[in-house]
Amino acid sequence: MAALSFVIPMSVMTLFWGIIGGVVPWFIPKGPNRGVIVTMLVLTAVCCYLFWLIAILAQLNPLFGPALKNDTIWYMYYHWP
Amino acid sequence: MDSFFRSEEMCLVQLFFQTESAHNCINELGHLGLVQFKDLNPGTVAFQRRFVKEVKKCEEMERILRKYSRFDKLEQELKEINSNRDTLRQNFTQLMEINHLLKVFDAFLFYLHDRFVAGVIKHERFPAFEKILWRLFHGNFVLRHEDPVKKDVFVVFVQGDQIRGKIRKLCDGFHASMYPCPNNAYARKEMRTNVNTRIEDLRLVLKRTEEFRETTLTAAAANLQEWASKVKKMKAIYYTLNLCNIDITQKLIVAEIWCPVSDLNSVHTALIHGSEQSGSSLSPVVNRIQTQQTPPTFNRVNSFTSGFQSIIDAYGVGNYQEINPAPYTMVTFPFLFAVMFGDCGHGLVMTLLALWLILHQEHFRKLKNELIDMLVDGRYIIFLMGLFSIYTGLIYNDCFSKSFNVFGSSWSVRPMFHPHGPWTNDTLHDSGHLHLDPLVSGVYSGNPYPFGVDPIWNIASNKLSFLNSYKMKMSVIMGVAHMLFGVTLSLVNYIFFRNLKDVALQFIPEVIFMLSLFGYLIFLILYKWCVVMKSESAPSILLLFINMMLFDYSSEGTVLYRTQKPVQIFLVVVAVLMVPWLLFAKPLLLYRKHKQLKFLSLPFCLSLFFGVKKAFVSLQVSMADIFVYQGIHTIEYCLGCISNTASYLRLWALSLAHAELSEVLWKMVLQVALRVTSGMGSVLLAVTFAAFAVLTVTILLVMEGLSAFLHALRLHWVEFQNKFYKGSGYKFTPLSFNRMRDMQ
Repeated sequence: MAALSFVIPMSVMTLFWGIIGGVVPWFIPKGPNRGVIVTMLVLTAVCCYLFWLIAILAQLNPLFGPALKNDTIWYMYYHWP
Repeated sequence: MDSFFRSEEMCLVQLFFQTESAHNCINELGHLGLVQFKDLNPGTVAFQRRFVKEVKKCEEMERILRKYSRFDKLEQELKEINSNRDTLRQNFTQLMEINHLLKVFDAFLFYLHDRFVAGVIKHERFPAFEKILWRLFHGNFVLRHEDPVKKDVFVVFVQGDQIRGKIRKLCDGFHASMYPCPNNAYARKEMRTNVNTRIEDLRLVLKRTEEFRETTLTAAAANLQEWASKVKKMKAIYYTLNLCNIDITQKLIVAEIWCPVSDLNSVHTALIHGSEQSGSSLSPVVNRIQTQQTPPTFNRVNSFTSGFQSIIDAYGVGNYQEINPAPYTMVTFPFLFAVMFGDCGHGLVMTLLALWLILHQEHFRKLKNELIDMLVDGRYIIFLMGLFSIYTGLIYNDCFSKSFNVFGSSWSVRPMFHPHGPWTNDTLHDSGHLHLDPLVSGVYSGNPYPFGVDPIWNIASNKLSFLNSYKMKMSVIMGVAHMLFGVTLSLVNYIFFRNLKDVALQFIPEVIFMLSLFGYLIFLILYKWCVVMKSESAPSILLLFINMMLFDYSSEGTVLYRTQKPVQIFLVVVAVLMVPWLLFAKPLLLYRKHKQLKFLSLPFCLSLFFGVKKAFVSLQVSMADIFVYQGIHTIEYCLGCISNTASYLRLWALSLAHAELSEVLWKMVLQVALRVTSGMGSVLLAVTFAAFAVLTVTILLVMEGLSAFLHALRLHWVEFQNKFYKGSGYKFTPLSFNRMRDMQ
């Protein structure tokens, strides 16, 4: 349950880029440009998904935290949830 | 459909057509733009060719047309028009002068002298005129003058005819123009109306002359363009005819062309059309022949893909039918650019600029400026670069150096205070910076920020410690993935060319080498990210990797997981074994094959002794070549793996530079104006924003954009393409009138 906030973005993004890279190519109409469009869709999905995945995995288990100035800490104490 | 993934299949075709229909046929082929003529007379020099006279005539005509476009065209007609206009202008000025004179004359009426001389003289000459009049006639005259325009109108009243004659001669000497003025007022008035009507008429005539001149010039200009293109076409046709063979009877022309196989039908139709136009009875013959020569490389592109194909071709045109990197470059190039550019605000500006270029393409092409032409050619590239930059900017959470906080940060400050954590109010008063500790429960929520980098890092002072580690690891992962993709494309090439032997001898050891070393590095990175560990006991991946290569397991805390040591030893040994496989397997196999062939072909040698010796020498020479080539390839690949992986760290370096530059612009330029609290702050803000915008566009968009473009291009040309691309073909250059017109 505590990991729910991690499972939701993970599944949403995987589903989104999975649809773009795996499902939409089947619906591209036949024509001279079909191969190029399908390649572009698959490569875009793979690159963007990988990039997002690296960003989220890098923050999963942080070894150190941010160093903040005192006024920032004071502000965040009262105004951030 | 497969045509963009590798170059099209080409065929060599022989064309036979009659000499009469030659011109029309080649004209048709030129409009089609799909065939490249081979030079069938390679030995002949330019002036020995058959149609050299016609080519020279065309060149002469081109030169004349060019000259006329620089000077005034249709010189004859124009000279006439010009001289007419000059005379008309002269008349006009004269009439204006008379008009002024008459106006002024009324003022001098109370001088009752009979004789007078009236005229107009240039202003600067008037004082001298007056002086000489005094010297000559000692005051026996009355001189009145006025200066309405640049010229002076004067009247000299005298008493005698002789003096009048002398004054006339004086006026001639001073180049003053004299006009007869009537004595009485009525005649003068009549003259004035006369002069005025004449002035109006002249004005009209002048206007008409100007208009006529305009129309003749524009008509000529339109024609000129047409004539110039016609002459160019004719010259191209005769040049092409020079490449063909004329047979003995002077009735038949033989041409050899390279043509894509899928377009043979359209070529045939075009030829039939051409021969029909020229009215010849026989239709041209199209005969496809087999050949061992390497055909040219032809990639069919449209306006979207042509930009990407041209940046690939700039490095080297692909070999015939080898895999074309362009379709993959269409996504990976803007993506790698965006990783280095990574700012969604700048990306948005770039996308809008590219959209503007796309929508107003013709207008920009009309400007005929080289730099703008280059920008317009790459408009789709810039558009994709902008789009991907918006995405990577959102993931880096960087928009003009500020972050968005859409989902709520995963880090919170409150748990660090009593009673949860170590801080009290006094801690805040003591030090300037405090570290949030993820080990204190509640500080880190346990769930990472769902999309991109957490916004708290933007306001942290140790932002770079986190970002550097993240971006470096990201660059290595992207780099290894890109290179593995390149090696996989070489597999596709081997399969296409039915070169299965190379799959086992080159592809498999290459892949195993890369995976066992750099694939393992990526595994280490991902493992360290996914598994929870204490900060003190977390080993550095770089040190782990170095120690793995040196087989050094002595130091403490070098284990990430339990079975690490045997796994690593195994991987390094496997990688090292791949090197001799790459180095020796292929040459040794070729050597054995050669020896077998030599053994089989021995009975066919004419002179046994000499034949054996020569064959043996040639065998040795080629074997040395093969060994050296394979050695170079192995060293290049293995050392290249390491250096290329490090080279991908430029993804980190450039994105760091960009982020820092944009932060400097914010802190030192815009924030200074926003901090001013007085009333003048708004004025200062307006001025400072202008400076901010100019600096953003010139430094961050243009300079950084060009820099990231160059580095992404280099990554493609070198690190990606040297895994599979040979790039030593020659480009298909068809005879195409459209292309000639566009290049003009």
